[in-house]
Amino acid sequence: MSEIEIESRNLDLWYGSAQALKEITMAMPEKKVTAIIGPSGCGKSTFIRCINRMNDLVKDCRITGELLFEGTNIYGNSVDAVELRKKIGMVFQKPNPFPMSIYDNVAYGPRVHGLRNREELDRIVEESLKASALWNEVGDILDRSAIDLSGGQQQRLCIARTLAVKPKVILFDEPCSALDPISTAKIEDLINTLKHDYTIVIVTHNMQQAARVSDHTAFFLLGELVEFGKTKQIFELPEKKSTEDYITGRFG
Amino acid sequence: MKTNERIIELLLFLSAATAVTIVALIIIFLLKEGLPVLVKVGIIDFCLGMKWNPIAIAGEPSYGIFPMIVASFYVAIGSLIIAVPLGLACAVFLAEIAPSWARSILKHAIELLVGIPSVILGFVGLVLLVPFIRDHFGGWGFSILAGSIILAIMALPRIISISDDAIRSVPREYKEASLALGATHWHTIRKVILPSARSGIVAAVILAMATSIGETMAVLMVVGNTPILPTPIYDILDPVRPMTSNIVLEMSYATGDHASALFATGIVLFIVVAVLNVISHRALKSKMGTRR
Repeated sequence: MSEIEIESRNLDLWYGSAQALKEITMAMPEKKVTAIIGPSGCGKSTFIRCINRMNDLVKDCRITGELLFEGTNIYGNSVDAVELRKKIGMVFQKPNPFPMSIYDNVAYGPRVHGLRNREELDRIVEESLKASALWNEVGDILDRSAIDLSGGQQQRLCIARTLAVKPKVILFDEPCSALDPISTAKIEDLINTLKHDYTIVIVTHNMQQAARVSDHTAFFLLGELVEFGKTKQIFELPEKKSTEDYITGRFG
Repeated sequence: MKTNERIIELLLFLSAATAVTIVALIIIFLLKEGLPVLVKVGIIDFCLGMKWNPIAIAGEPSYGIFPMIVASFYVAIGSLIIAVPLGLACAVFLAEIAPSWARSILKHAIELLVGIPSVILGFVGLVLLVPFIRDHFGGWGFSILAGSIILAIMALPRIISISDDAIRSVPREYKEASLALGATHWHTIRKVILPSARSGIVAAVILAMATSIGETMAVLMVVGNTPILPTPIYDILDPVRPMTSNIVLEMSYATGDHASALFATGIVLFIVVAVLNVISHRALKSKMGTRR
């Protein structure tokens, strides 16, 4: 078993007085894909947004317990959320390229972090677009607006934009829910390739997708972690009744 | 039933038509009153003429409003130079930074600012601002600077609220994407949020300029109203006379060609404001076009 990259210990989260996550304890190994499944409103997106502190934007959001990244508590006093997000990138549910050129989208992150050298930027843009399997389609139209791309291309552009920052972890928050099956297949292929270099956590409501891409799967229900284990085991021999009910489609 | 519907529809149509008719009538009236002098003097000589001397004691009267066109733009642009940075900063604070209690206080304050009658602003300008400028910067006090400051105060709430709307309508996804890449909040505001809100902000600025050019009372009270260009041309402590003041000041005793010349001033003013409104509208529309 490989090293643990992210570990959650008794993580509780409240929005105001409503508790959205209850005592989440699980460990996500390095350079593996961990899928989080569960019905809508089960807290899976809330959980993944804890990992890069996106919930900081939400008012009245309170967190207790520990969430460790490389051994340090993400919510510790000495941790700078801005620095943390350089190491933990995120791809969102709806493709959200900036309304600028394809090149500027990918170069945004490196520029944020102070890179001005044009040649270096060119190299990063090309590398990132190749790594996200988009280079062949957009390599000669880098000046075009990213908004003109198709939904699937936009999502791969968002992945390239995340890769350009050279993170260690990539969080995918239902990355295919707005895409057609062909685009979805491309993204899944991409995740399979990316896991050699990155630790990946993916939230999905599509169980087949979790089964196809992940090494480990966590099943969330009503803010609680019901079951966590090897994907094969979760799908073939779930220990809990509710997990079995969910993956066999009895609810959700 | 059927006839009832018909009558209601007809009444609604008539109400809508009334608005259009009134605008049309005003334009026709303006043209009818103003055109004679425009034809007599010539549009170019009227707009570019340097000398405004409508009641000549000896010789021909002259109707040149160039100094007033310059004055209108001068005062309006001056107000924008003051109000745009201030208003934009305030809008960014309101939309992105202010906690909700501060936001509600500011919003109410801004609404109050809109409600202040322009004559009161003019009065305050007259008794406070004009002497202040006279004592601290020199000149007569009645000046482009005084007019610009008063207009800036009037333009602020408009710039703030339209920019605030524009910033708040930037999709939240853009902000999240930027933050998730490790950008700071300020960097996100500068590089993603403001550029995405740009067309709305441009529309706000142009609209503010159109209103500033059309504003009359407050400006009239503080700009000094001399119908000549400032000397030197960049001296913002010199008094000037915008087009609006020109009409108000002289209409009570103008007759004949003189009255017609005032209407012609109105035509020029109307065209300038209309063009600015169209540009502002276009800016807002183009924003819709680029939206997903």
